[in-house]
Amino acid sequence: MSEAAANKIPVTVLTGYLGAGKTTLLNRILSENHGKKYAVIVNEFGEIGIDNDLIVGADEEVFEMNNGCVCCTVRGDLVRIIDGLMKRKGKFDAIILETTGLADPAPVAQTFFVDEDVREKTALDAVVTVADAKWLSDRLKDAPEAKNQIAFADVIVLNKTDLVTAPELAEVEARIRAINPYATLHKTQRAQVKLSDVLERGAFDLDRILEIEPEFLEGDSHDHEHCHDENCTNEHHHHGHDHHHHGHDHGHGHAHGLKHYHDEDMQSLSLRTEKPIDPTKFMPWLQDLVAKDGEKILRSKGILSFKGDDDRYVFQGVHMMLEGDHQRKWRNDEKRESRVVFIGRELPEQAIREGFEKTIA
Amino acid sequence: MKDFNPASETASIVSVTDRVTRVRLNAPATAVHFLGDTAVFVGAEENVTFAKDDEVKDIAVHGGGILCATSDGKRVAVGGDDGKLVSVDAKSNIETLATDAKRRWIDNVALHADGTVAWSAGKTAFVRSPKGEEKSFDAPSTVGGLAFAPKGIRLAIAHYNGVTLWFPNMGAKPEFLEWKGSHLGVTFSADNRFLVTSMHEAALHGWRLADSRHMRMTGYPARVRSMSWSAGGKFLATSGSDSVILWPFASKDGPMGKEPGMLAPLQAKATVVACHPKDDIFAVGYSDGTILMVRIEDGAEILVRRNAGEPVAALGWNAKGSLLAFATEDGDAGLLTL
Repeated sequence: MSEAAANKIPVTVLTGYLGAGKTTLLNRILSENHGKKYAVIVNEFGEIGIDNDLIVGADEEVFEMNNGCVCCTVRGDLVRIIDGLMKRKGKFDAIILETTGLADPAPVAQTFFVDEDVREKTALDAVVTVADAKWLSDRLKDAPEAKNQIAFADVIVLNKTDLVTAPELAEVEARIRAINPYATLHKTQRAQVKLSDVLERGAFDLDRILEIEPEFLEGDSHDHEHCHDENCTNEHHHHGHDHHHHGHDHGHGHAHGLKHYHDEDMQSLSLRTEKPIDPTKFMPWLQDLVAKDGEKILRSKGILSFKGDDDRYVFQGVHMMLEGDHQRKWRNDEKRESRVVFIGRELPEQAIREGFEKTIA
Repeated sequence: MKDFNPASETASIVSVTDRVTRVRLNAPATAVHFLGDTAVFVGAEENVTFAKDDEVKDIAVHGGGILCATSDGKRVAVGGDDGKLVSVDAKSNIETLATDAKRRWIDNVALHADGTVAWSAGKTAFVRSPKGEEKSFDAPSTVGGLAFAPKGIRLAIAHYNGVTLWFPNMGAKPEFLEWKGSHLGVTFSADNRFLVTSMHEAALHGWRLADSRHMRMTGYPARVRSMSWSAGGKFLATSGSDSVILWPFASKDGPMGKEPGMLAPLQAKATVVACHPKDDIFAVGYSDGTILMVRIEDGAEILVRRNAGEPVAALGWNAKGSLLAFATEDGDAGLLTL
């Protein structure tokens, strides 16, 4: 973790559709013998049994920023709550924020980018989404919130796996991967996940954007590359195979038994090149892209090799907000490859691919 | 003020740092008020600390974090994350003014000269008259700030997208002053002609109350955390920049069409401003720990505290203007006698 981030209070956002097991996970975190003290921000104060000293109810007020950008929203209540909690700094080590099942994680995440005070004192650690193995597939069809939460996640806890058969589990996992191949996925019962898998992930720490490889199968070391063309400079994970739009439920068998779905409206897009990038072309392109299509782009991340620059440049974004920095020197044993990923809704894939190609120096 | 003697001829700034008495606080303070000549430092948690001459005494007022504080000169009222609103007077008498039924945080408090008290928890603003009659008003979103108008019982409630002016003792429909964005702090000018809010973004917004005419006050590099009216209300001094921004309010149009004054520029952000109660002088604290006294007329400066340690968190004058109290975020505090 960078030095600046080390002094900040880490905030874990716990999200997930109604009944997925958020509160079970929260209580597990709090009751585990970890020697840490958490401040907990919940949405329905007093209505659910959470045993913790520092607990505060949130109103989930989403405020538009006064800059004319409709997707530039923050959680107004969070600004106030974090300010109040900081009066008690020293009394807790980290903050866990549980959202309602219907909450959009974007305003929460953006609060940590936009608000100067929140940003100064705390750092968003990761968005952890708890999903119900039995019902998630249905919710992905009828609840846009559920899809947002999956798309936004850094960590997905696929819970209640005991309630589904192995093929059903494979199907729901494939559906999750169609939306978000980058999140770390854990299959659990009663939210039994190692705390180190959900806490202190540093998912928003620029210094820890080391690997943005997709994780199709937990612990499975199969080849992630679906692009069979040797000269291909980029790939699109759910499009790697010759695959046509046949609707939501179309999938086909894969060597590993995991079907590959295409989600009609939420996708991820990955771009890569071994050729150096021209920063004077890339930065304006990226800024222009998020200014125009930021509403559709939920998350973006990238590691870049700029021409004539021995430092890795890393960036991340939430909708229209971007932050980036030179990270460290490229190591001699490391391939100088630029990789950029976008997760979003109805991404203008062709335009993004072409735009990216043009930034090659 | 006789004691204000910045010698403009000298190259280095005049200093009164040797006239500051250190106050040993046991914990950082977030605000300071005066009850007579006793400075009352409001801690971040649990206690207020009374300091007079060499005597320092902690008084427990809350079972948790202290979220808001104000004073009418007779008592200091503090609201906490324990859902309680408590007041303490000069004789250290503690009175619990309110306990939230749901133990919600008490986010804001305001006191009226007639003894009426107002506070808010979440979206709900409450007032209680000196006779004990309590009323509440639900704002459309969480209350960001509260202020009583200088005349009559009228409460300004700042919230998302504007300010509601509520007359708790009248059946009249509350007046709504709309302006997009989140309004966090609110203050009336002493002559009751203007209302100003500090916003979530780095800007102030104002209304001329007679005709609700808007006043946009922008250009700050950071959020305005501290606003203070100069004696007589000619200026509103504000933090949020690397100098103190003074908006002129003497004319009928307020600051509209006028350039704000920019005094005491430093290589640090002004964090707290406190105008002298009688003279056109203010004290300002910076993010680098510096505290200056500044004469508004010519910008002449006197050094009260050298830059050291954490940002200045609190500044306050006694009613006579003979004592200035300060505290920094790391708990260093002092009293300057003029």
